[in-house]
Amino acid sequence: MIRNRWLAVSAAALVTLSMTATVPALAASGAQGNLQIFSWWTGVASSKALRSLINVYTAEYPGMKVTNEAVAGGAGSNAKAVLASRMEAGNPPGTFQVHAGGGSLLSWVQAGDMTPLNSLYQSQGWYKVFPKSLLNLLTFNGKIYAVPVDMQRGNVLWYNPSIFKKYHLTAPKTFSQFFHDASVLKSHGITPLALANHGNWEATLLFSDVLLGTVGPQKYDQLLTGKMSWNTPGVKQAATTFAKMMSFTNKDFSALHWQQADQLVAQGKAAMNVMGDWAQGYFTTDLHLKPGSGFGWAPTPMTQGVFGVVSDVFGLPSKLKDSTPTMNFLKVLGSKKAQDIFNPLKGTFSPRLDSNPAKYDAYSRAAMKSYKKDKLVLVIGQGAVNPGFTNSFNNAMEIFVTDHNVNSFVSALETAAQTNPLS
Amino acid sequence: MNHEGVHRRKFSWDTFSSVATLIPSLILLGVFVYGFIAWTVYVSLTKWNSFIPDFSFAGLMNYMAIFNTYRFQSDLRNIVVFTVLFIVLCLVVGLALAILVDQKIKAEGFFRSIFIFPMAISFVVTGVVWSWILNPNTGVNLILKAFGWKSLPSWFLSTTITPSIPIGQIQLGIPIALLAVLIAAVWQMSGFAMAVYLAGLRAIADDIKEAARIDGAGAWRIFFSIILPQLKATTTTIIIILTAASLKIFGLIYAMTGPGQAFVTDMPSLNMFQTTFQGDAFAQGAAIAVVLLLLIAVFIIPYLISTLRQGENS
Repeated sequence: MIRNRWLAVSAAALVTLSMTATVPALAASGAQGNLQIFSWWTGVASSKALRSLINVYTAEYPGMKVTNEAVAGGAGSNAKAVLASRMEAGNPPGTFQVHAGGGSLLSWVQAGDMTPLNSLYQSQGWYKVFPKSLLNLLTFNGKIYAVPVDMQRGNVLWYNPSIFKKYHLTAPKTFSQFFHDASVLKSHGITPLALANHGNWEATLLFSDVLLGTVGPQKYDQLLTGKMSWNTPGVKQAATTFAKMMSFTNKDFSALHWQQADQLVAQGKAAMNVMGDWAQGYFTTDLHLKPGSGFGWAPTPMTQGVFGVVSDVFGLPSKLKDSTPTMNFLKVLGSKKAQDIFNPLKGTFSPRLDSNPAKYDAYSRAAMKSYKKDKLVLVIGQGAVNPGFTNSFNNAMEIFVTDHNVNSFVSALETAAQTNPLS
Repeated sequence: MNHEGVHRRKFSWDTFSSVATLIPSLILLGVFVYGFIAWTVYVSLTKWNSFIPDFSFAGLMNYMAIFNTYRFQSDLRNIVVFTVLFIVLCLVVGLALAILVDQKIKAEGFFRSIFIFPMAISFVVTGVVWSWILNPNTGVNLILKAFGWKSLPSWFLSTTITPSIPIGQIQLGIPIALLAVLIAAVWQMSGFAMAVYLAGLRAIADDIKEAARIDGAGAWRIFFSIILPQLKATTTTIIIILTAASLKIFGLIYAMTGPGQAFVTDMPSLNMFQTTFQGDAFAQGAAIAVVLLLLIAVFIIPYLISTLRQGENS
């Protein structure tokens, strides 16, 4: 008990030293009729979508007070730090955003901080409406721990259709087609592949897709779940391909945010970019481009028929004093009605198999179609693997994008997998 | 008897009130500074490197692990290079500005405010603004290009380290990218050095300078033999305060460059934050924090000893 209290105080203080956003950590949580929703949805579209979700909830449960505890910061990096301090302090929010997969979600589960939701799934009939392959990513030891609210794809190659038309190219399906297209584009003075790596996760996403395309979904899954050594020829081959790709990118990638890389594509300064399909919202909402004519998309090379899942899910923290508000919120969160209001606003689509395609735009309808028939895999750096491995992976990548040394990169990954076991 | 009683009561009230005034800050300091330093040291010796706290004793395992990484070796190189250059440049620029402002010029207050103003801005704002100014494609390079400059500097995107002496896993030398960060940091903090130096300059009695002048000393001679020696204590104060600021630097780097390609602009504080809160390696993060604390202590303790000695002498 005393040890726990020390832990609580120290975790809070550690965070306070580096950031001043811990004030909510001191506020009491779980009070009757009050629900704290913790997320990193602070962007224009996502915060609007979150508000709509909260509106559905308060309409169904009048008198409930909802506190939106969104923490800003790229890909949730700051939010995760604040959340970690609150969880360690035994003071969790009502519910919180986390990515599906064996990353942070599994860490919370292993730490005993989450309550299984099997009975909720049973009572709501959710086992039938969500694909089993998606629920597998939320299930550990037969217990399911979270409810998915949206679906995003991590293996998308975005391209500029007019450039491709001008040089009689088609979106590359294989790596040799990619390098063929790339050399044609380079000879015409166009950057073949736009890359942004200011956040140090974008290059990891690109590598994840190259790895997936190189070794195929089965071996990729085995690597991510610790069933196969990272010292396998496939990883080395993927690293070699990645290093070759780097010679076709813009040189200032470490100064760019992902939106700037997509802007290069939109402006015709670059031809392609690999990014999750949150880029779609940037193309349509910020740059006012039409799907198809203004920007084109295809699965990244050799990943046709595979869908890289980046899904935001919410669970039930075990240390809550009163779990009813959270359970009610999760019921709303998983419902068809709420998901078809939330997702079109956010630029994502509903992971439910029965969602209404008419509510979505051309890109989302196409992505939804792939999602329903494709094999689902996770994406490194997007909640697929434990945070320790991801951090070491990003560190190795920061060096690899500079020195292109395949051998030391692969051995760094191997060490990372040994220090942070993936199984 | 009566007189003595009053005296005693007064004495004890004084003691009581002084102790009572000290107690809150003693408790706060004890718990939130020294208590947590002790706790951090303890955590750094455990195996708590995931969400699940594990307090079994790990010895120096975490220290060995961090010293064995490319990233931390780069951090140590960067922090030493950065701190030395940052302090030297701040001292030189600050003293130069102070001497200029001290020339009994018109609108002295105006210039003083201008030079000290950057200090009022947060490091994060400074970092964002300078990352725009020094962006190789959009910033100051456009002006250089218009002037016909041929080989444009790549500023904080440079991965060059000069001279490049291989030691451990890294190259020892000055990372060129760090110079871009240095420009921003010196821009922000040299005003502070100026303000302190200005106070130091004003404290030097005019009659000493006057006497030297009568004895036939020139302006340079007066500067090097009279003004500079008198500014020794001032310089020490600036060095100590700037060293603490430099070793802890986080916001500027985080906003401006991040860790940088191959960690050319990474700092221990940034590594500590990511290791602890993104990698969940709490014990390793604590180990980085302890090394950082020792680095600061190396600079601060000699200063404390010397001020204590001065206190005894006077």
